Amino acid sequence: MLSLRGKDLVCQQAVELVTAYLEGALSGKDRRRFERHLSACANCAEYLEQIRSTIRLSGAVQADELTPEAREELVRLYRRWRSG
Amino acid sequence: MTLLGSEALDADGELLGRLRSGDEDAFVALVDHYQPSMLRLAWSMVGSRAVAEEVVQDTWMGVVRGIERFEGRSSLKTWLFRILVNRARSSVSRELHNAPFESARTVDPARFDADGHWADPVDQWAEEVDARLDSSALTQVVADALQGLPPRQRQVVLLRDVEGLSSEEACQVLGLTQGNQRILLHRARARLRQEVETELWRSQRC
Ligand SMILES: [Zn+2]
Repeated sequence: MLSLRGKDLVCQQAVELVTAYLEGALSGKDRRRFERHLSACANCAEYLEQIRSTIRLSGAVQADELTPEAREELVRLYRRWRSG
Repeated sequence: MTLLGSEALDADGELLGRLRSGDEDAFVALVDHYQPSMLRLAWSMVGSRAVAEEVVQDTWMGVVRGIERFEGRSSLKTWLFRILVNRARSSVSRELHNAPFESARTVDPARFDADGHWADPVDQWAEEVDARLDSSALTQVVADALQGLPPRQRQVVLLRDVEGLSSEEACQVLGLTQGNQRILLHRARARLRQEVETELWRSQRC
């Protein structure tokens, strides 16, 4: 997905790696570089936690909180998934 | 590999005349002759067959539009390949410009200094939000924010984070590659995170 040149990540690069990191999609080298940055950077560490909290919030969204359109879309997708 | 034998190159003038007079057979012959090597060349430049096919297609459109202006200073073949290479190059720079890392500005650039470090400390709110997961105020913020996402981002985040499907399942449902699914998910999550933060800021100010 990305090639990271240079040795150390800066914050602006680190925040763009959070999803690849959480998905386990970083190479070993990039993962270590990311973790090294986070262990030294409280701001990016907090950013990662905020993304995790946001994911948990999404998971806590109840179906009846979705707008009718979103619910309909979801049903359509499920149908496609099941039939496929 | 030579695509056209010398006799065909010699026939440039004649072929050109036929092309300009709108001879469809001449155009088809030209396409048949050059398509394979144009595709190969474009492929080698853009690194993807699908994009290469677009480039070649685009090149033929350019040929059709430009045939009137072709002055015959170079051979037809040279002219064709020059159009092709130009289109392939601009396609490559377009692709680079759209590369995930380059365009992945999911956090407002104003929040970073010139060196790419956070300009101001990041507000600590993750813990607080985790403690409030069962209150509906913030989940409602997320539910509303989902509606504001571009459709493909919304579909991915709905399946992954709201419904809890695996990335493999989401890719199957949506017909996405893992890479594209991840990019869409990344953008969606960053947008939702920002919406939550904005709401927290707003509610604290009140
Ligand atoms: Zn950082």
